[in-house]
Amino acid sequence: MLPLLRHARYVLSENPVTAFAFGLFAMFLLAAILGPLIAPFDPLATNTSLALKPPSAAHWFGTDQLGRDIFSRVLVATRIDLTIAFASVILAFLLGAVSGVAAGYFGGWSDRIVGRLADTIMAFPLFVLAMGIVAALGNTVTNIVIATAIINFPLYARVARAEANIRRDVGFVEAARLSGNGEARVLFGHILPNIMPIMMVQMSLTMGYAILNAAGLSFIGLGVRPPAPEWGIMVAEGANFIQSGEWWIALFPGATLMLAVFCFNLLGDGLRDIIDPRKRT
Amino acid sequence: MSAAPALAVEDLCVEFRTRSGVVKVLDQVGFSIAKGETVALVGESGSGKSVTAFAVMGILDAAGRVTSGTAMFGGSDLLALPERELAELRGRELSMIFQNPRTALNPIRRVGEQIADVLVRHGGATRAKAPALAIEMLKKVRIPDPERRAKAYPFELSGGMCQRVMIAIAIACRPSLLIADEPTTGLDVTTQAVIMDLIAELAREIGTATLFITHDLTLAAEYCDRIIVMHAGHVVESAPSATLFSAARHPYSARLLAATPGESGALASLASIPGSLPDLRRADLPSCRYSERCERRLDACAEPLPRTAVGEAHIVACRNPL
Amino acid sequence: MLGQILSRLATAVPSVIGVVIVTFMLTRLLPGDPAAYFAGLAATPQAIAEIRGKLGLDKSLPEQFIVYVGDLLSGNLGTSLSTGQPVVTEIATRLPASAELTLVALIVSAGIAIPLGVLAAVKQGSWIDHLCRVVTTAGVSLPVFFTGLLFAYVFYYLLQIAPAPTGRLDIFVSPPTHITGFYLIDSALTGNGEAFWGSLRQLALPASAMAIFSLAPLARMTRGSMLSVLGSDFIRTARASGLAPRTVVFTYAFRNAVLPVITTLGMVFSFLLGANVLVETVFAWPGIGLYAVNALITSDYAPVQGFVLTMAVLYITLNLIIDVVYGLVDPRVRLDT
Ligand SMILES: Nc1ncnc2c1ncn2[C@@H]1O[C@H](COP(=O)(O)OP(=O)(O)OP(=O)(O)O)[C@@H](O)[C@H]1O
Ligand SMILES: [Mg+2]
Repeated sequence: MLPLLRHARYVLSENPVTAFAFGLFAMFLLAAILGPLIAPFDPLATNTSLALKPPSAAHWFGTDQLGRDIFSRVLVATRIDLTIAFASVILAFLLGAVSGVAAGYFGGWSDRIVGRLADTIMAFPLFVLAMGIVAALGNTVTNIVIATAIINFPLYARVARAEANIRRDVGFVEAARLSGNGEARVLFGHILPNIMPIMMVQMSLTMGYAILNAAGLSFIGLGVRPPAPEWGIMVAEGANFIQSGEWWIALFPGATLMLAVFCFNLLGDGLRDIIDPRKRT
Repeated sequence: MSAAPALAVEDLCVEFRTRSGVVKVLDQVGFSIAKGETVALVGESGSGKSVTAFAVMGILDAAGRVTSGTAMFGGSDLLALPERELAELRGRELSMIFQNPRTALNPIRRVGEQIADVLVRHGGATRAKAPALAIEMLKKVRIPDPERRAKAYPFELSGGMCQRVMIAIAIACRPSLLIADEPTTGLDVTTQAVIMDLIAELAREIGTATLFITHDLTLAAEYCDRIIVMHAGHVVESAPSATLFSAARHPYSARLLAATPGESGALASLASIPGSLPDLRRADLPSCRYSERCERRLDACAEPLPRTAVGEAHIVACRNPL
Repeated sequence: MLGQILSRLATAVPSVIGVVIVTFMLTRLLPGDPAAYFAGLAATPQAIAEIRGKLGLDKSLPEQFIVYVGDLLSGNLGTSLSTGQPVVTEIATRLPASAELTLVALIVSAGIAIPLGVLAAVKQGSWIDHLCRVVTTAGVSLPVFFTGLLFAYVFYYLLQIAPAPTGRLDIFVSPPTHITGFYLIDSALTGNGEAFWGSLRQLALPASAMAIFSLAPLARMTRGSMLSVLGSDFIRTARASGLAPRTVVFTYAFRNAVLPVITTLGMVFSFLLGANVLVETVFAWPGIGLYAVNALITSDYAPVQGFVLTMAVLYITLNLIIDVVYGLVDPRVRLDT
């Protein structure tokens, strides 16, 4: 662990962009945790006399058509957006890691089933499949999480499968098996922990995609319902005012969304540099 | 050797910039090859043989840099020529055969086209005439059924066949210097001999000088007039083949010879060379890079490397030669 | 040659079966009573019962599946509640709009990404390489609906150089005679300059928004594969043979480097077809994405299902084409089937 930390520090000092991404990530995390506490206004409070005001000292990001403070709404929305993304990534990881490891370790029919499942999911354009799933399961936040997890599942399953396959016959696994550990113990006690680093990289790489996907779904009216503040919906609401020149309603939530995705993409690349042993010197 | 040599390399130094610092891969490498002569460049893996060839050809990786030296070839210094002019010479006046013929050919281009590319580039032929000439070349390197083979892709040919194509590309424009970098590694033993014979024969036919890079001293002695021994980026000894075998003067050459199965093929007498190549990234590299592995080391070895002529065309870089 | 294409076709069969099963399952997952769902929100109990009978929901699941497959084979995707039209005809009339948008986006994207990636690799470490890195990281981070809106704001509202972001053609311009359904092609074929120019102007913003989104994977892949090819042995051979830099970069390196890029196109299409839905929503583009979104809002399920199925079949077909093209470009693939 210690060499990894030292290596992490080396990578961070070598690569200011990754350090920047970590800082940004901390900021988003803070906003997600403290958002409702530090928001200057109630994100749901309407005030028609203040409707459609451009950014000002009091309302940094301006106000929307109902006079709600956009800054507060963007801030408060951080929690729901990150929660959806985290939850779906973790769910995808659990589904993908377990079935992928089993497929790679046991081979045979379990491998074929997981492989066919992943292939079938990959046969759809992923966002379209997510639309179909949410439409079928019902228009709720939970179902957005499930849909996003399902479309990310093949990625995880494939990585986990490949890694487990490589490690199946490696020395320490063999040793664990010979010393009388059951298959399940070997699988979850020895193989799964060893593929964690690479799965972590995968998770941070798909985080950005998960946020984009969830925001896209709410943009077309699936999942989070108004008036709840959520970046995708806020951009959708702002879309109606773009043609009349009220740019701030869509711009600020959209830019925040973009920044969040950007942050996670940089983070994923950075994490890969830290964890990838080939880059460790 | 009164006539100007085909290639005269002097004081060649090459560095590589890597993540872990600058590697001084070649240090004051010097040798020359007479017109029509066949010279071997030997040394253990990593001693800088390929880098020497690449530097002369001007095809070093982007990380590599020639820091000093000259390589006189036909009246001009290859190391100082602008890339455009050098590219004119490459493939026409000096050309190269690589190891691993399978990867050295473009995998998705028909071999006939690859030969034709060189012919067209160097004015040997028009696009229309080139295919026929390419088939001619394939015939010359004794590829059976050349018309059909010209249309083949490298993956459809055997390793030996690919190396013949490689040779055809290299000699297509009748160069005056041919560099063959371990042309037979990766081929089976019978093919090795056939390929070596082919190179030797064609070189004689077109009168080209040949620099033959190899690990294999026996092979070197069999095909070459002279042998140059390299160690860790230094030329340590250069002598006519027979002289080197009978009276090697550098301790490293002697070790290398002892590590080579003799004509009797007596493997029992095989000795390995103690130690390994020094880490070339070190700041305190000794002036003689062999000194740390050497049993004959003297205090004087810390002084700059000498270059002593100890006989007819026999040079050794050692303060305490055998 | 034909045999190879057929064998590729065969590999798509399991995918198609999987897609049909999944779309079938999606309808059975509908919360509550699927019949009520298909009948719409304001349906009477009799209407629901009638729908149930019509959909065969009173039969067993396997029977239902057989009926579903039978319907699909006879080209029946159900009827839209809000328009009363068969879903198949509506999708068929709207498909060209979506296809035209997606293809133009792909052409723009590839036209920028591939040269960018090649230049970045050839001039590694130069400003163009850095530009490529920024574009690839930023490009995937852009929510396509947001870029679309920004474009509309800047080019339509602020600069007023783009037409209103509504639809394929200005209402004052009549669409070209229907031949392929692609306005650009139809207007070019009929020599209708006004319609051609008009539809090109309408296409510019949505296609650029989509192109930027799909630029990143293409540029990244081109750069990476070009770099690895440039470092390979046969490029050294080409240089050692004195071939002109142009020949080395294009005839030798690029043709090899483009192979993995072709494979990436599959992923790019997945991106594009998804982005298509969002961009059509932003630009009121009368394609199948907007059709599905409108149906979603009114809980009109048959069009959504038809849309998902169409997109999946389209995607499988595109991947198939990619496979065949790859086989044509790479001689090594032709033999080992
Ligand atoms: N691109 C490069 N970057 C850094 N170092 C390099 C590079 N190419 C070669 N070297 C270093 O140069 C030294 C000499 O390499 P070279 O390939 O010339 O050896 P060689 O004598 O040809 O060995 P072999 O017999 O294995 O082919 C090696 O120590 C190698 O590490
Ligand atoms: Mg070598």
